[in-house]
Amino acid sequence: MFLNSYMINHLNPHQWVNAHADYLYAFAISRINNEEQAKDLVQDTFLAALEKINNFEGKSSERTWLIAILKNKIIDVYRKKSSGLRTTDIKEAEQEQNDFFEEHTGHWIAEYGPKEFGIEDKDHIISKEFEQILQKCLQKLPVLWKAVFTMKHIEDESTDTICAELKVTSSNFWVIIHRTKLNLRACLQKNWI
Amino acid sequence: MNNLKKIIYNCKQATFLIEKKSFSKLSFREVIELRIHLYGCSFCKLYSKQSKVINDMVQQLFRSSIKPEIRLDDGFKKELQERIEEELNKN
Repeated sequence: MFLNSYMINHLNPHQWVNAHADYLYAFAISRINNEEQAKDLVQDTFLAALEKINNFEGKSSERTWLIAILKNKIIDVYRKKSSGLRTTDIKEAEQEQNDFFEEHTGHWIAEYGPKEFGIEDKDHIISKEFEQILQKCLQKLPVLWKAVFTMKHIEDESTDTICAELKVTSSNFWVIIHRTKLNLRACLQKNWI
Repeated sequence: MNNLKKIIYNCKQATFLIEKKSFSKLSFREVIELRIHLYGCSFCKLYSKQSKVINDMVQQLFRSSIKPEIRLDDGFKKELQERIEEELNKN
């Protein structure tokens, strides 16, 4: 048997499924929350990886390389999901925020102003209950907001990349980052305290 | 009302700057405005703290949601590896 160049760079596609499929699947599920779609993403990731197998330079581990490919696939999903009708869910979420601040002064309206969660000063190890509420609050966000928020906070993408991928202007990007956090925080306050 | 006065009292704008600050450098003016606002506004001081906690928790949530017990079924995996072998043999 002759050695393929990818083997020299420590890729072993004969073991890919065994070594990485479950991890890639769990990773996809954590972002997409849909089993069928996550399965498809795992498959697409391996197939895309095969296509560029000779470009692998061995600078990262096999798994890191595969995850990078998967992340791009996930961004495609975010883009597709948020490119359709983006108005209704966003309008609702924005509506909610009109209650947070006084219209003319921008003051917090007392009822919605931040109250202690009681976890601010601990080392942020979250309880199961809090985790569930957080999960629920994230699900309630408009699709586009959640995509922007996750790409920034979790995938650590650059602002330019996010704006280009999701077709938002940079000023709108900051507005979304701000509004997402306002809604998320308010949702936590409402359901936790 | 001049601009400086506006921000000193404006919590909507202050929370915007708090969020912007976690990813981007604020201008000198914005830094000053935010500092003055936070000095006098206990709501936004708390908001700022909570905003950071929420960032931490969201990251924790995503990390902890990749659980080892989430697994693909064996049939799917077998087919997938076969598909990969097929593609490899094409080359």
